[in-house]
Amino acid sequence: MSNPPQSEPSTRTFRHRSDFPFLAAMWGLGGSYVLLVLLLIIADAVRTSPRHLGEALLKPEIQAAVLLTLKTCTLSAILSLWVALPLAYLLSRQHFPGRFLIDILVDIPLVLPPLVLGLSLLMLFHLSLDGWKLESWLRASFEFPVTYHVPSIVLAQFVVTASFAIRTLRVTFDRIDPRAEDVARTLGCSRGQAFFRVCLPQAVPGMLTAFTIAWARALGEFGPILVFSGTTPFRTEVLSTAIYLELGIGHLESAIAISLLMIALAVLVLVILRCLGDWTAP
Amino acid sequence: MIELHNVTIRAGTFILQHLSCQIPDGCYAVLMGRTGTGKTTLLEAICGLRTVQAGEIHLQGKRMTQARPAEREIGYVPQDLALFPTMTVREHLEFALRVRRWPITALKRRVDELAQLLQIEHLLARRVPALSGGESQRIAIGRALSFQPSLLLLDEPLSALDEETRDQVQLLLQKMHQATGVTVLHVTHNRREAMQLADRLYLLEAGKILCPEE
Repeated sequence: MSNPPQSEPSTRTFRHRSDFPFLAAMWGLGGSYVLLVLLLIIADAVRTSPRHLGEALLKPEIQAAVLLTLKTCTLSAILSLWVALPLAYLLSRQHFPGRFLIDILVDIPLVLPPLVLGLSLLMLFHLSLDGWKLESWLRASFEFPVTYHVPSIVLAQFVVTASFAIRTLRVTFDRIDPRAEDVARTLGCSRGQAFFRVCLPQAVPGMLTAFTIAWARALGEFGPILVFSGTTPFRTEVLSTAIYLELGIGHLESAIAISLLMIALAVLVLVILRCLGDWTAP
Repeated sequence: MIELHNVTIRAGTFILQHLSCQIPDGCYAVLMGRTGTGKTTLLEAICGLRTVQAGEIHLQGKRMTQARPAEREIGYVPQDLALFPTMTVREHLEFALRVRRWPITALKRRVDELAQLLQIEHLLARRVPALSGGESQRIAIGRALSFQPSLLLLDEPLSALDEETRDQVQLLLQKMHQATGVTVLHVTHNRREAMQLADRLYLLEAGKILCPEE
């Protein structure tokens, strides 16, 4: 038999707490970062003028750098998606010996200092094995120079961007239910058909996100390009290295103008691909 | 006819050993068993999604133990249905037929037949997120039946439905079985459902398949 309550519940000790302190703390902490990013953009914008921006954009070497940046970023993002799609799928779906090791290996470019990546690429192409060098072989056999030429920019960007794309697509495939592919196999599909007909259409938004991240990361790539490609105007100068060159010769206004251009490009690509992502979401 | 001879299946640390049974052609067989006894594991092994460690599986007299799922010609409706989120209902019904490269006129005729049988004509243009539980169940059954398999495996097809929808889908399953004559192996832990549907009842208990009628 239960005992009667010793006393009536006190109405004075309980009071509804306001949600305001919680929401204010969340907005205060989260908003501080948004404010910092906004201030960075505003600082660049107020330090330059439309005249400086126009002058910088009319320079032939900057126009060449803009074109080269757009081409190399797009190419390295496509290449990243090309390798990330199969590798992320395998890491997500298959359990095989060495999976853990591969998982760590593909993350290495994310944590390595960028200059180390550039140096490693330089070593790879100029390592002498009994007098045989990859760079010399590519030049002699295919007339395809890499180091200090445009392919080196794409490769330097690709090494880092592929790692981001693999990570993004791995999360995408982890979220797609593998049971649908299993059922497709009972309906007559091979594993390949199940992947292309059932899994891949569901991965389209993730692929667009991976492409966006890869493109944006390639746009900001600097360290490996500096070491592996150099910064020769009209040949290997991209926007990130153009800023470095302009700063080096004391053209601060020009460097800021190029920075603003890069911000505008990044925002434009992010907005376009975000809209595409919303449009393709099931 | 489905025949299992001393089949052993391993799923992680869980193991089913020396399972044997025979299900005659055209029979509506119901397999009962408590949760965790390995009913789903057994269905996955029969349709080729899980490797059989030992023993033999024969379908229509052919040895299918190591055959790929696509070669077994089995319609499978998993418990979670696993519908394809990017496809319409019509695309679900056409899926297996397109993989088999059916001519377009035969394909359209088959989709119309199925839509009529399952009473889903009005849903053909809809996508998966816009379907209710009972509608999703019908689409999963239609998708599995589309290529006219000799065997249909149903993994607790009524468990996630409310009572009214459950009665409707149960009637539909009986109607479908009468119309197609397909051999069905239906897994459930609901005794009432089993009694109402089964031509033949099997029990999975303590790692063995028992057939009380034999």
